[in-house]
Order: sequence, then structure tokens, then C-alpha cells
Amino acid sequence: MARVYFEEISKRFGGTHALRDLTLEVDDEEFFVLLGPSGCGKTTALRIAAGLEEPTAGAIYIGDRDVSFVPAKDRDLAMVFQNYALYPHMSVRDNVAFGLRMRGYARDEIERLVQEVTATLGIADLLDRKPGQLSGGQRQRVALGRAMVRRPQAFLMDEPLSNLDSKMRVQMRAELVRLQRDLAATFIYVTHDQVEAMTMGQRIAVLEGGKLQQVGLPQDVYDRPANRFVAEFIGSPAMNVLEGDLVVEGGHTAVRTPAGLVRVSDAASADVREQNITSLAVGIRPEHLTPEATESAAATSAAAASPAAIIEGQADLVESLGSEQHVTVVAGGWSVVANLPSSPRIERGATLRLAVAAEHVHLFDIESGERVGP
Amino acid sequence: MTAAEGVARPGSLVRSAWRMLAALPFLLPSMVLFGAFVFYPLGKAVYLGFFISNPFRTRQIYVGFDQYREVLTSSEFVSSLLVTGTFTLYTVFPAIAIGTFLAVLANQRLPGIIVFRTVFSSTIAASVAISAVLWLVLLHPSIGVLNEAVEAAGLSRVNWLQDGGWAVGEHATVFDMVAAWFIDPNWALISVSLATLWMNIGLFTVIVLAGLQTIPEELYEAARVDGAGRWQQFRHVTLPMLSPTLFFASVIGMIFAFQSFGQIQILTEGGPVDASTVMLYSIYETGFEPPFRVGAAAVQSLALFAIMLALTLAQFRMLAGRVFYR
Repeated sequence: MARVYFEEISKRFGGTHALRDLTLEVDDEEFFVLLGPSGCGKTTALRIAAGLEEPTAGAIYIGDRDVSFVPAKDRDLAMVFQNYALYPHMSVRDNVAFGLRMRGYARDEIERLVQEVTATLGIADLLDRKPGQLSGGQRQRVALGRAMVRRPQAFLMDEPLSNLDSKMRVQMRAELVRLQRDLAATFIYVTHDQVEAMTMGQRIAVLEGGKLQQVGLPQDVYDRPANRFVAEFIGSPAMNVLEGDLVVEGGHTAVRTPAGLVRVSDAASADVREQNITSLAVGIRPEHLTPEATESAAATSAAAASPAAIIEGQADLVESLGSEQHVTVVAGGWSVVANLPSSPRIERGATLRLAVAAEHVHLFDIESGERVGP
Repeated sequence: MTAAEGVARPGSLVRSAWRMLAALPFLLPSMVLFGAFVFYPLGKAVYLGFFISNPFRTRQIYVGFDQYREVLTSSEFVSSLLVTGTFTLYTVFPAIAIGTFLAVLANQRLPGIIVFRTVFSSTIAASVAISAVLWLVLLHPSIGVLNEAVEAAGLSRVNWLQDGGWAVGEHATVFDMVAAWFIDPNWALISVSLATLWMNIGLFTVIVLAGLQTIPEELYEAARVDGAGRWQQFRHVTLPMLSPTLFFASVIGMIFAFQSFGQIQILTEGGPVDASTVMLYSIYETGFEPPFRVGAAAVQSLALFAIMLALTLAQFRMLAGRVFYR
């Protein structure tokens, strides 16, 4: 196993930039997720690592070896494709064994390794079937087996779960995490699904428009998105973003949004002043909007300092998920989604006053989209 | 209530008879066509084989199976079999191999590749007559380009269309003829085969190219990551995925070979002697040239039919198991 290092990789297809100056280090034995919407360049990055695509500029290292000009067949990587790309004319056994045969392993060694890997994946009874006779989940396992059997330097996975039904996907998610742990292997996993990224990745990298937006631990990326794109892309329901101008009222800096005033923390206001920013986008995650505490409750818990904002509006849409409810509140002509406990049940048309604490307010410069403040 | 429902009620027998009756008008056009152009001539050929007749069949004598026996055991027939087999060998497999090679070349994503695809497949558009005349010039013993090339390569000139090799002269037995096959090249047949090969390459290139384009790119990518080089990708991905196409090509290629006529007529007229007389040409000579032995031609036609049927079935038997259909 080895680390994989992307050094200032750029890729152009004709006039379009698929990747711009991507520098990333994937550590040895790490489960690393490349996350982004379709067309963001994540698959291109993976294919460049695999050697299926040549970078326009930059270098790629596996371990300490520069493989930029090494053909795919000699890179000693394994790839799992979105629709598996199993050889339809070969049995499961031959599919799994193919890479070993190409590398000239002895016949009995191949048989032993194939047995071992297929037993691990629970497909040992399917060895003589053709891919056409397998279910989606079984094909997925064969594709994994084909990758695992060679003990490659790293595993490259291109949205491997996207063709499975939702139940199977949840199951395979857990299995892949366990597999990566057991193999102590380097995984680079491409997905557009933030849930997969959050649940599986030890670290995630968010890409958009061919540019790296943020790299970090999933929780850090969620808690402190580096810019507005990351903030809105990660999280479900998506983060509420309200735009407004900076004002000073009663000695406090605040943003005047259509849904009301949002107070800016002291730490953030220092940054705002320093950068001469006049208008901001305010981001609030749905789960951080809570019904305003009653007078008595507020009095007892002095710690619940005055909220950064109160948003008042009518419940327009209530989606109950059983464990929680997503309530769309219309305030000042803007829709804001709040993630509330399932009880008490909110009726459509009810008036809600939702509070958000100062530490849960994210601020972004409207012009650059970059995060402002801590 | 319609008539159909009224009739259908009494029992399933009546119902199926009624359905049959309803199917008849739909089957009728093809039944008429097949009947008029396949089954009637087939029956007529069997019938004609029992008679010898004068040129316009104003008088005919029943000879029964004697004619079948006589034609099928004649040395001309055996010779035409060997010539046809050789011709098929020379034309079908080389054409498929060359067509596959060109198709693989033309299947790459390169600027201007469409020009090469067009050139490689252009022989489809040339008529048999024109192609044959073209080759007649190329193969000309004294002014032909081919002999110029042969001479430039330091070899002696070949009497392309006039040297019958093993197919000419006396051979005591069939075995002697087969023995001669290996040492004495039949240049006339080789010439005809060269022209036919050239004509067929375009078609096979197009067929194989179409087959290649149905192979998903990802399989090659998977093979590359798995460590397969160019040749291994061809051997383990392209060929098996192409097998239905190649099988189809071999069946129609064989049928084409058995049906070749125009180029033989123009280039050699079956000669010298019978050196390039394939079965079809022999049928033509027997039945449509004096003395118009229609009965004997009919017997040969039936033999050709039987051989083609048997070979096609054998191809399905032998190859079907190795062909991978998705």
C-alpha cells in the first residue's frame, strides 16, 4: 500500500478545464473521498491517477515513485468502475483472476488467491457464473474481488455504489469501510453523494469546477465550510443562506437580511472590518434553527445567551420523517428550512419564531464566496 | 359480439383453427415468394435431375438416379469441389483477418480517421464487373503491375491467369491431385481469389468495425488497469466480444465464396481447362452453354445446396459454443 500524491495536476479537454492545479496528498492506508457535483473533475482526477487519462500539467506519485508517464497497466492500482466493467464473456473466476493472469502468476497460486478473495466477499459459490447471471450487488462484489485479489498499491473507486438500490447501498457502504480497515489499504473513492462521503471518508476533498474547494475531516468540513459552495453542497437539507448588507445597530454589527437582522459575533466583525466587506451571506444549518425558548425558560438558563437572530414566519411546508420534521418557514418573502424534533407536530400556517445561536452562524463574503470569521 | 367470439366459444380446437386461419393472410405474401422462388425451383431441380434432354427440353428421357450417380462421381465434379474448397480457403479467412486488422486500425479515435474508414470500406461500392476488369489489368502477364512488383522483388514473373497448376493435367487418382495441390500452385485460382479477396475486404471491414464499436470502452480501461497490454486487450477483450460478428462474417463469407461468378467469368472463364471452375461456374457451363445439359446442371445445383446447408449447420455446431452473445 502506498500514498498517492497529486502535484499541481491540470487537465484540459479542448477548451474546458476539467481540473486546475489540483494538489492533494492521500495518505497511506487512508479512506479518502473525492466529493463534488457531476462535472466537477473528481472522476477525471481518479482516471489520471489510474493512468487512463494523461494530465495536461502536473505530476502524480504513487508512494515516492513519479508515475506520470507510466502506463496504466504498470501502475499497480486497482479500479472499481461505476458500472463495474466486468468482462461479460468470462466467468466470475476468470474475471477475478484476469489481473493475476496478466501478471503471470502460477495457475495454482491464482486459484488459491481467487478462492481466498471470493470467500471473503461471500461470492465463492458464484465462481462459474457469468456476470449477466448476477444481481447488481453480486456484480459489485465481483468488481471488488477483481480489485482486491492483486493487492494493489491503492484502490480507485468511481461511484461504485451508484447503481445499487438504496438498501444495498447502505449495506455495501458499511462493508466497504470494514474492507478498507481489514485490508489496511489506500482507498480513493469518488462520489457525488455527500452521505457516502461523510460516512465513509476519513478525509474528504470537495471539488467544484475543476478546483479543490476544501480538504479535511468530514466533521470539520461540515462544521466550518471554507466557502459558500461547500456550505450549500454538504448537509441535507441544505444550509439556509440569506444575503444582506452590513449594519451597525445598538453597538452591534449585524447583517440585515430579508428574514430579519442577524447579529455578527465580535470575532467575525473584526474580520469583516479588516477586509472592508459591506455585504455578507449568512448561512444557518436547518438543525441549528430552534423554536425560541419561552420567557421563563430563558430566564432560568442564563447560559442560553441572547440568540444571534430570531426568524419569524409561517410554516409553509411540513415534511415529517418520523424521527424529525423539516419545516419550510416563509419569512420576509424568503424560505428557510428548519429541522425540528418530530414533536410537537407543526401545522401548516402556524407562526414560528426560530432562534439561532451566534456560534452556529456562518458568514461568507458575497463577492468571493469565502468564509469570513472563525 | 363479433363472429370470432361466437366461433371461439365451443372449444380450444376450433379456436386454434380460427387463429390459424387468421394468421394465413399474414403468412401468404412470404409463402408465395418463397414458394415461387425457392421451393418450386428446388422441387423442379430434383425433377430435372431424373432426365436427360435436348437443349430446349422438347424431348426428354427418364434416366432416374443414374444421372445423379454419374454427375456426382465424375472427375469434373471432384475437381470443381476441390477448386471451390480452395477458393473458399483463399478468400474467406484472409478477408476476415485483413478486415479485422483494418477495422481495429480504423476504430481508433484520431483526427481524420473517417477518411481511413471510408478508404478501407470503399471496395463495397465497386461492382464485381469493374473490379474484375481492374484486376485483369493488374494481373496482365506483361504489362500488369503485379508482375512488375514480383520482378522488382527478384522473383520470376508469374503467368497469373493462364497457369492452372495442380488443377490442370492428368492425375491418376484424387489423391494425386491433392498431393499436387501442395506443390504446384494454381495461379489462375489464386488470381481470381486475389480479386475476390480485395472485393470482400471492404465489407468485412465495415462489419467488424460495427462490431468493434459495440464493445464498451470501459472493458479496455478495466483491462489496462488489470495489467493487459495492447495484444492482451485484443486477445482477451476484443476477440471474445467480437466473436458473434466474426461468426456472422464467416458464414456469409462462405456463402459469398460459393456464389462467386462474375469475377471468374471475366478473369478466367473457369480456365485454364477447369483450373478456376468453381461449382457455380461449372453449373453455368453445364446448363447454359452447349450442349445445355440441364439435368446435369440441376444435379450439381442440388449438390451445391446440400454442401452449403451442411457447412452452415456445421459452422453453427462448431462455433456456436465458442461464440459469446451478450
